[in-house]
Amino acid sequence: MNPGLLPLEGGGYTPPGVDDFKFGPAFAGAPEWLNKPLLQAVIGALLVILLWWWASRNLKVKPTKGQFLAEYVYEFVRNGIARDILHHEYKKFLPYLLGLFSFVLINNWFGEFFFFMFPTFSNVGYAYGLALLSWCIYVGAGFKKFGFGFLKRSLIPEGVPWYLLPLIIPLEFLSTFITRPITLALRLFANMFAGHLVVAVFVVGGSFLLTYENNIGYNVAGGVSVIFSFAILFLELFIGALQAYIFTVLTAQYVSTSISEAH
Amino acid sequence: MTVPVIGVLQEINLGPLAPEHLSEVIVGIVLMLLVFLVMWKAIVPAFEKMYDERSSRIEGGLQRAAAAEAKAAAALAEYKDQLASAREEAARIREDAKNAGAQIVAEARDKASTESARILESGHAQLEAERSQLLTQLRSEVGGLATTLAGKIVGESLTDDERANRTVDRFLAELESAR
Repeated sequence: MNPGLLPLEGGGYTPPGVDDFKFGPAFAGAPEWLNKPLLQAVIGALLVILLWWWASRNLKVKPTKGQFLAEYVYEFVRNGIARDILHHEYKKFLPYLLGLFSFVLINNWFGEFFFFMFPTFSNVGYAYGLALLSWCIYVGAGFKKFGFGFLKRSLIPEGVPWYLLPLIIPLEFLSTFITRPITLALRLFANMFAGHLVVAVFVVGGSFLLTYENNIGYNVAGGVSVIFSFAILFLELFIGALQAYIFTVLTAQYVSTSISEAH
Repeated sequence: MTVPVIGVLQEINLGPLAPEHLSEVIVGIVLMLLVFLVMWKAIVPAFEKMYDERSSRIEGGLQRAAAAEAKAAAALAEYKDQLASAREEAARIREDAKNAGAQIVAEARDKASTESARILESGHAQLEAERSQLLTQLRSEVGGLATTLAGKIVGESLTDDERANRTVDRFLAELESAR
């Protein structure tokens, strides 16, 4: 064995992996599915509701400092996402987009906060749930506006010659109704999953090296690695916000393509 | 435990891409719907109401400012109007006064010339009258005097020049003294 490398096998070190994302029951006697991520999701939803309720309960025409901050976030979603993409029809979809952004953001940031230290959406089921909901929203909006004409609009792009239709229709169907929700869910999930895994590798591996006996080099490397994990945590804060933004923007974009008059 | 998947997916091990529990999906949807409901019914209306109020207040302020500006402009226009009409009136009055003055002068001149002509005329007439009266009187007196003188001359010798002269002198002296 090369002495410069760690004895990964038999050295008592288990690298972080997929199993670190699986949780047992949250407390004794709870059913199998009632685990930490589920509690986090519930707390996250309650936090979103509470924070927004608290921000909106005493709104003034002349804003206070606290209201200014709340307005900044609200306008970020309202003007920066909803109105920019959906134009005059944005008000109908604003509640969903605002809720979506806040809910995803809070749950992503749980990955960097003490007590939680786990991004909820690194359990793929929650991401699937939200993607399914967004799918229902943008498909539903299309059907509501155009009836069954929505199918024709979304499956047959304008200006396509008839002999290409057998090729185009299945492709359009696949891209609009199948890959959109899947990519939506997987993008969010994979970013959160990978980010958490990276942090875990730095923390767990660093701690292992830091406490390795009789090797000062390993200990220094471990210390650096643990300190570096904080930098990664800050990066994760940014990525969490970015992914919340992307999820919301893409949902708005899909709604916009469903209800726009022209392709 | 993984969620049972159907058909061909059963053959593939999806790893972390398969939800550990189906509950994750359901809980995710339910929570998101809950959040959406609160946003829809409470949060977004509250914010939108505040924005409406704010924009209406700003609009009201703008309208008030515009109204005040219009009022000021109207007042200025009215003031300028009044000033212009006052100037015009002053000019008109000055013009009238000038005309009236000229007319008065012309009338006075007319009157004066007619008056002087009238005075001259009446003077002439009076003089003429006095003259004719004098002539008449003189004629009658001269006749009488001539008769008296002739009688006296005839009474003396008409041939004696000296006498005649003396008679005339005497006559004239009588005339003098009779006065």
